[in-house]
Amino acid sequence: MRDIFIEASYLIASVLFILGLRGLTRPDKARRGMQLAAFGMLFAIVGTLLNHTIVDYRWIVGGLVLGVIIGYPMGQWVPMTAMPQRIALSLTLSALAATLVGVAEYHTEIVDGTIPTHARMVAIGFEVMLGSITVGGTLVAAGKLQEWLTSKPVTYKGQNLVNGVIFLGLLSLLVYSIVDPSQEWVFFAMIGAALVFGVLLVMPIGGADMPVVVALLNSYSGLAACAMGFAIGNVILIISGSLDGASGFILSILMSKAMNRSFTNVLFGAFGSETAAASGKSAAGLTVRSIGVEDAAIQLAYAQLVIVIPGYGMAVAQAQHAVRELSELVEKRGGEVKFAVHPVAGRMPGHMNVLLAEANVPYDKLYDMDEINSEFDRADVALVIGANDVVNPAARSDKSSPIYGMPILNADHAKTVIVLKRGMSAGFAGIENELFYDKRTSMLFGDAKSSLTGLIGEIKNI
Amino acid sequence: MQLLEIYVLVLAAFVGYMVISRVPPLLHTPLMAATNAISGISLVGSLIAAGAAHNRVATLLGFVAVVCASSNIVGGFLITDRMLRMFKSGSKKGEDKAKSNGVTHAAP
Repeated sequence: MRDIFIEASYLIASVLFILGLRGLTRPDKARRGMQLAAFGMLFAIVGTLLNHTIVDYRWIVGGLVLGVIIGYPMGQWVPMTAMPQRIALSLTLSALAATLVGVAEYHTEIVDGTIPTHARMVAIGFEVMLGSITVGGTLVAAGKLQEWLTSKPVTYKGQNLVNGVIFLGLLSLLVYSIVDPSQEWVFFAMIGAALVFGVLLVMPIGGADMPVVVALLNSYSGLAACAMGFAIGNVILIISGSLDGASGFILSILMSKAMNRSFTNVLFGAFGSETAAASGKSAAGLTVRSIGVEDAAIQLAYAQLVIVIPGYGMAVAQAQHAVRELSELVEKRGGEVKFAVHPVAGRMPGHMNVLLAEANVPYDKLYDMDEINSEFDRADVALVIGANDVVNPAARSDKSSPIYGMPILNADHAKTVIVLKRGMSAGFAGIENELFYDKRTSMLFGDAKSSLTGLIGEIKNI
Repeated sequence: MQLLEIYVLVLAAFVGYMVISRVPPLLHTPLMAATNAISGISLVGSLIAAGAAHNRVATLLGFVAVVCASSNIVGGFLITDRMLRMFKSGSKKGEDKAKSNGVTHAAP
């Protein structure tokens, strides 16, 4: 009787999880969908607590209490600007849970004197390997995003060779462990190697390539959970692990496509270092036109259509609220303001959208690249805030440029372009941005937030 | 039994692909938070490991796993809800945009 209830609770939870994710296809239905999923989770947990193999509830209660104490601040108090790191850390936690359960399963069997079957070892092995790789990788990712570790790519000659060798070593340990599960040292050596591999995999990734890597690690942690499902014979784990894995995988493909680089190139290409040396045109002999707040304000005040292009710089300057204020001001004067969000703007998929939503910009003003690119032709002003490579025309025309082929926002089709930037330093890719030297472009130098505040003040006076 | 589980995996992967490729880029961040919260279902395995009293090590590892998984569930659902609350539409035009979103987003 109990068992039937437990199975039923898992079935209900699976359905609710799928419905919950489906809710995310529409911003107006999303919240309700997720509430359903949360309910499903509660159901599954209650169901599990009735499982007859659980005899001692003390550790469980202690663990749950501690989990709530840690989880609540992570959910409510972490600011939106720290979202990428937070996502990375939560991936660490989920991968760690999978790894530890796998180790516990293996250890219990060894201690009981039974050798796990080969089939079971495949599941446990993958669970633990994927989990450990993800733990190593996400810790480095979180460190880089929080800037505790350098966000520049860390590379050295022969790096891909070293990583390749470690990976092969890792795979052979996995296979050995499956073939001869009684050798404990192999199992634990594999975990160690996987951790190291995870770290080395993410070390050479630079800040702006993070969206792909975070999405990829998301899918690995899902696959680890899926493997756990096979290991303990639990179907709901297989389902939610697959959902998680599919999601991460789709996102990482989308991100790679949006940079027009193949997946492997992002992971192993150490973008910022090798290729930058041979990069496109130099800026020698070209000048930028600098503009003051008063003149920029006039252009914005009389514009019919302003398209704002947010980038990581806006996040760094925490300028999203000022942007919203500015857009409301322009609209009050009869203009129209749209936001053009490039898929890889920021440090994680959807980064800009979340920041702008936090600043109360209604989501119908936020447009994907495909939706808005044709509108630049009729835009009076393209306002670039802390974005660089995503508006660099070299991606279209300059075959020698490392970003050649990447789909970009057509900022240069607008009648005028105003770029908010702190200085003339090169962006992440380390290449010159032709847009800055274009004759219709003006640079408004300074911190984005203070420039915007200045613009708002000036426009009010017009 | 094992083969049935593989069927489930394949079907779940298909469902995952179909559902998630329709999530608009607008909601990609909440999507990552949501899938992470859902993967907190690994709490199920952790609970059993922590409560089955097989041996000290398993119980301890299970305990840590329970802490990790439940933090993810609590934090994950909270942050997803927090993010989703922020997405407001300005107008009727926004509602129409929301309805058509599943179609305009290009799947790989």
